[in-house]
Amino acid sequence: MEFLNANLETISWFLYLFSALLFIQGLRLMNSPRTARKGNFVSIVGMIIAVIVALFHSFYNGFASATAIVLLLLGIAVGAAFGFVTAKKVKMTAMPQLVSLFNTVGGGAAALVAINDALVAVNQPISTIITIILGIIIGSVTFTGSLIAAGKLQGIVSGSPVRVPLKKLIDGLCLIGIVLCAYMMFSSNTFGYGAWLPIIALTAFSLILGITFVMPIGGADMPVVISILNACTGTAVAMAGFVINNLIMIVAGALVGAAGGILSKLMAEAMNRSLINILAGGFGDTGTTSSDTGAEMTMVETTADDVAVQMAFAARAIIVPGYGLAVAGAQHEIANLTKILESKGVEVLFAIHPVAGRMPGHMNVLLAEANISYEKLIALEDVNPMFSTADIALVVGANDVTNPAARRTGTPISGMPILDVDAAKNVVVIKRGRGKGYAGIENELYGLPQTKMLYGDAKNAVGSIIAAVKEL
Amino acid sequence: MSTLTIALTLFVFALIIGVIVIGKVPATLHTPLMSGANSIHGVVIVGVVLVAAEANTVLGFALIFLAAALGTANVVGGYTVTDRMLDMFKAKPAADKQEKGGK
Repeated sequence: MEFLNANLETISWFLYLFSALLFIQGLRLMNSPRTARKGNFVSIVGMIIAVIVALFHSFYNGFASATAIVLLLLGIAVGAAFGFVTAKKVKMTAMPQLVSLFNTVGGGAAALVAINDALVAVNQPISTIITIILGIIIGSVTFTGSLIAAGKLQGIVSGSPVRVPLKKLIDGLCLIGIVLCAYMMFSSNTFGYGAWLPIIALTAFSLILGITFVMPIGGADMPVVISILNACTGTAVAMAGFVINNLIMIVAGALVGAAGGILSKLMAEAMNRSLINILAGGFGDTGTTSSDTGAEMTMVETTADDVAVQMAFAARAIIVPGYGLAVAGAQHEIANLTKILESKGVEVLFAIHPVAGRMPGHMNVLLAEANISYEKLIALEDVNPMFSTADIALVVGANDVTNPAARRTGTPISGMPILDVDAAKNVVVIKRGRGKGYAGIENELYGLPQTKMLYGDAKNAVGSIIAAVKEL
Repeated sequence: MSTLTIALTLFVFALIIGVIVIGKVPATLHTPLMSGANSIHGVVIVGVVLVAAEANTVLGFALIFLAAALGTANVVGGYTVTDRMLDMFKAKPAADKQEKGGK
């Protein structure tokens, strides 16, 4: 035991280092669909090691109070039960908001740890006070921000960009308040319990900032926002790690910070938007009006029966699933249609835009859930040359990613990578209504001679096509 | 070197490793990856366990309880939902058969 006494810190350090390596290896294995699941397991092992080391550390050195032990274990039990049950029960279409919800609780936990640090810290060096303050701010902003993001995806909070009245004034006041609180915490000799007022005020101002930050951003941009907030939580955890000088919190926090940052950049690029543009809220407030001057398009409506004939007698059909399919939860209907068409000898492929669905890669998850083989999902670069060989392209709830206007300059979506659906011999677009896409412009694809529109909810529309195909 | 200097160095190196590792992930795996990274920041539970040892006031107890519940929900829920997502990517024998039958 004496050996352990002298070396507990060193042993913990190396075990933390080992779990950090497991986190890195876990992320690395997520590079390929084949090893991704294993990567998640490796990451879980790293987490278990880190938690066991921390528990051992606390129990070996002893708790100041037995109540803390009970409440800690009780909290862990409650959290584990809640997390497990929600994660098992959630429908895959609702998964993006669940990720956001887990980000909410993570950010909340990081903020609470920082608040706790602030309350017990007395006579700390200035660097520690800075990290504590940053931890509280980032954690709190993430908490309310992710909560609003989850609410927008779930439809509890309006998904369209909401103009917060006096946003600039509120933001300004909060920022001034944060600076004032931070100053009070620095200058106060009674940092700790004596300084509870500035600590609470600091938290409150940060919570408000989280709300005004996400409210003006539209629902379709939420994945990018969630990814940014994910990075924020990682950073907040690293800050908390600085305060208690904990290796695994610093390293894992930084890993997530980098992952979230890169991921948000990749997602923004796939939508041809800059991060700044997304964070400013709304969609391209400048220049959208100029595109409305185009001539009125004539859109031709079709019926489910006609679509059924076109599809059943096609040699190759390409389905373009989009946001509308995800919202309607029509993946099982699409899978069913695919099965029936294949039994009639039709080759069915899926064209997957990088940002299809409600999150990059979300469409793959949804279609995989409906038992559609991974090999049938073709990525943008590979599927574009195939459209010219397709007898029919069925667009299900995708809009801006199919708009040929992106190839021209001077439109809000110019330069965005799009699927070359207009190259197919026939195009059928399933669409809920005549509304414009997220970019707020008309989709020129709909006015092309080979394009027919089938209005209706994706689930019902595909359902009626299936019924019609069966009767053929 | 001070502890903070070492800690900052670790932070920067971990950021760089994160950028390198993530830079390679294909777009189809972005959602599971975001979810996986999301579970990793649940490592905040380590901090909760460590500071719990020093908690000795009612406010401290309340904070520990809440933080433990939120942090664990993040870890357990995050890993579970990531596993559910990735489980769907594995080759399904039934789906393979269908594909062959259709051709």
